[in-house]
Amino acid sequence: MTQVTSETFDQNARVALRDTQLRGALDNLVKTFGDRRKEVIKTVDDWEGLRNEARRIKDETLLNLDRYLEQFTGNAEKAGTVIHWARDGREACGIILDLIDAHDATNVVKSKSMATEEIHLNHALEAEGVNPVETDLGEWIIQLANETPSHIVVPAIHKTKGQIADLFVEKTGIEKTDDVDVLTNTARKVLRSRFAEAEVGISGVNFGVAETGTILILENEGNIRLTTSLPKIHIALMGIEKVIPRFADLDVFLKLLPRSGTGQRLTTYQSLITGTKRERDDEGPDEVHIILMDNGRSRMLAHPVTRQSLACIRCGACLNACPVYQQIGGHAYGAVYPGPIGAVITPQLIGLKKTKQLPYASSLCGACREVCPVKIDIPALLLHLRAEIVDGESDGIAAETQVKKKLGERAAFAMYSFLWRRPRLYSFGARLSRAFQNTIVKNGKARSGFSGLVPPLGAWTHWRDAPAIAPKTFREIWKEELSKRND
Amino acid sequence: MKVALFATCLVDQLCPQVGVSTVEVLRRYGCEVVFDERQTCCGQPAFNTGYRKEAKKFAKRFIEIFEETDAEAIVSPSGSCTAMVKHFHNLFPEQEDWRERAENIAARTHEFTHFLVNVLKVEKLQSSFAGRVTWHDACHGLRELGLRAEPRKILNDLDSAKFVEMPNADSCCGFGGTFSVKYPEISVAILDKKIEGIEKTGADVVVSCDASCLMQIGGRLSRLGSKVRTMHIAEILASQDSKQ
Repeated sequence: MTQVTSETFDQNARVALRDTQLRGALDNLVKTFGDRRKEVIKTVDDWEGLRNEARRIKDETLLNLDRYLEQFTGNAEKAGTVIHWARDGREACGIILDLIDAHDATNVVKSKSMATEEIHLNHALEAEGVNPVETDLGEWIIQLANETPSHIVVPAIHKTKGQIADLFVEKTGIEKTDDVDVLTNTARKVLRSRFAEAEVGISGVNFGVAETGTILILENEGNIRLTTSLPKIHIALMGIEKVIPRFADLDVFLKLLPRSGTGQRLTTYQSLITGTKRERDDEGPDEVHIILMDNGRSRMLAHPVTRQSLACIRCGACLNACPVYQQIGGHAYGAVYPGPIGAVITPQLIGLKKTKQLPYASSLCGACREVCPVKIDIPALLLHLRAEIVDGESDGIAAETQVKKKLGERAAFAMYSFLWRRPRLYSFGARLSRAFQNTIVKNGKARSGFSGLVPPLGAWTHWRDAPAIAPKTFREIWKEELSKRND
Repeated sequence: MKVALFATCLVDQLCPQVGVSTVEVLRRYGCEVVFDERQTCCGQPAFNTGYRKEAKKFAKRFIEIFEETDAEAIVSPSGSCTAMVKHFHNLFPEQEDWRERAENIAARTHEFTHFLVNVLKVEKLQSSFAGRVTWHDACHGLRELGLRAEPRKILNDLDSAKFVEMPNADSCCGFGGTFSVKYPEISVAILDKKIEGIEKTGADVVVSCDASCLMQIGGRLSRLGSKVRTMHIAEILASQDSKQ
């Protein structure tokens, strides 16, 4: 597997744009999820009010996170859950490995969880000889292909049916087929036997209710139900921002999340888990462990501007709505969290130095903000991060990378700022460009030699005709004609 | 009503006809138009690229110039630049005086179609345009200023023009300021989706309220050899085809 990084976002994107299979698959994404979302939100009377309420609950939680976490852990422990705290991904991986070791477990099943992707849990487990099996169909496909998810809700969205069929032929030995039922039944058969022998099940968490110590996990395939109830030990990895105050708050989020994410009124399964198996239950784990993970979140919490990124409920609506994501998919971002919210979260999680292209990977069209169920102002956060990059004031962004480009850009903006605030120089500049435009541009294209000399011009005219500079500026027309005709 | 025109730098230098049309239309509906020749740019290129210090200087200069006019309204033929003016106050989180001045200017500033429909409340259009037209929702006009009904009302009411919606009217054209030259391949991939939608309508003209989107869309249409032309809504409104 060749893993690309955020540092080469521009190159990754170019590769993605040439991948016709990928772009076909992405077209489907918009049609299924984007269009379905638009329809299904009409089934809620006051969608705007619901979004406001969700954001209010999230803001309330984040401002009192310490208190709600304490309440959550207290109630979870009362129900028999063991609580662990992890400062970062390494600690979280260590806790999970220790638990597996302590039970001498070798068979581990996993359900889909972005938090476990964030800490590269599978690699950590494999390095210690434990081979976890992904049980979400999309995640299983990704695992077989030795790839990473390209979407936070539909991890294998970048793959076509044909590619998946070929993969199954290679990895499971079935005859070549394009019958989806045969493919899913193959997955079901293989995965059922893994469930039967599993000693440990690892899951993520969608919401943790402080009032009751309950965790809620949403899904459509039933594999999470099995992962969390069949093995004797259930380990749930939960970001500290996943807590919500009251059980009744779930009503709000259960209306918002499935509609925003997959365009469903409700997911097929909602698993509410409060502690271990009780005597009257005929199934369920003997041990439930919840690992509360920080991994950069408290740093995000401390910042008044970027704090709102912790309100994200990982529905994926902003990815589906983003014109950039729609063209290049998730892998080009070179990060666990792709798309608009990924471009906001990734730099905060791993620093701006290696991710400084991401805040610029947006046309600032605002489609993400429009669909976000918790009203995160993603364009404002991208602008904030851009300013941090320019000021070099965050996370010690060193000037040693891309100095040339940055210097050129800095000089250009310094010049723009100086000249364009002085009307005479500004007008002189207009006359100058008019005088030289035929030297530089012909029939809308930059003449050879000039596209390299003036890089933005070349970047424009390679694909688009340049507009002709008008023979007279508006201010000249105003002065000579228009101002004299005011009646 | 006395109106101060904020023409925007793009219109001034690259599409002066949009400015001329804006003035003509405003005058047609009884406005007295003034234009302060000291105005240049609102500073959005700097703001959107992360150069806040520079953006702040442009904002202060803009506020000082437009504070001097006694015009009741400041009108601009750009949704994007109008949205920038409405964002000025965010540049002064710790300077209450400037924030207040920015808010006062913002309250007086209107995008052109919003001004015609909601302030002047123009009912009977004195324009006619012969042709099939489609509308591109410029992102900042649509999502920062909430312009959706206004331009459609105008295009629907327009004498002899036939207005057709494109399927992806509210999706981005891929311009995004410096984004269009920082990531030209992505920008053009987004643009080509837009153009697919435009071509489906069979329109003669694609209309919008931002010269920047029209430059992006027009530049590609022209490169592809399309018959579809781009026009700013002010140019459409200035037209009096059937009355000629």
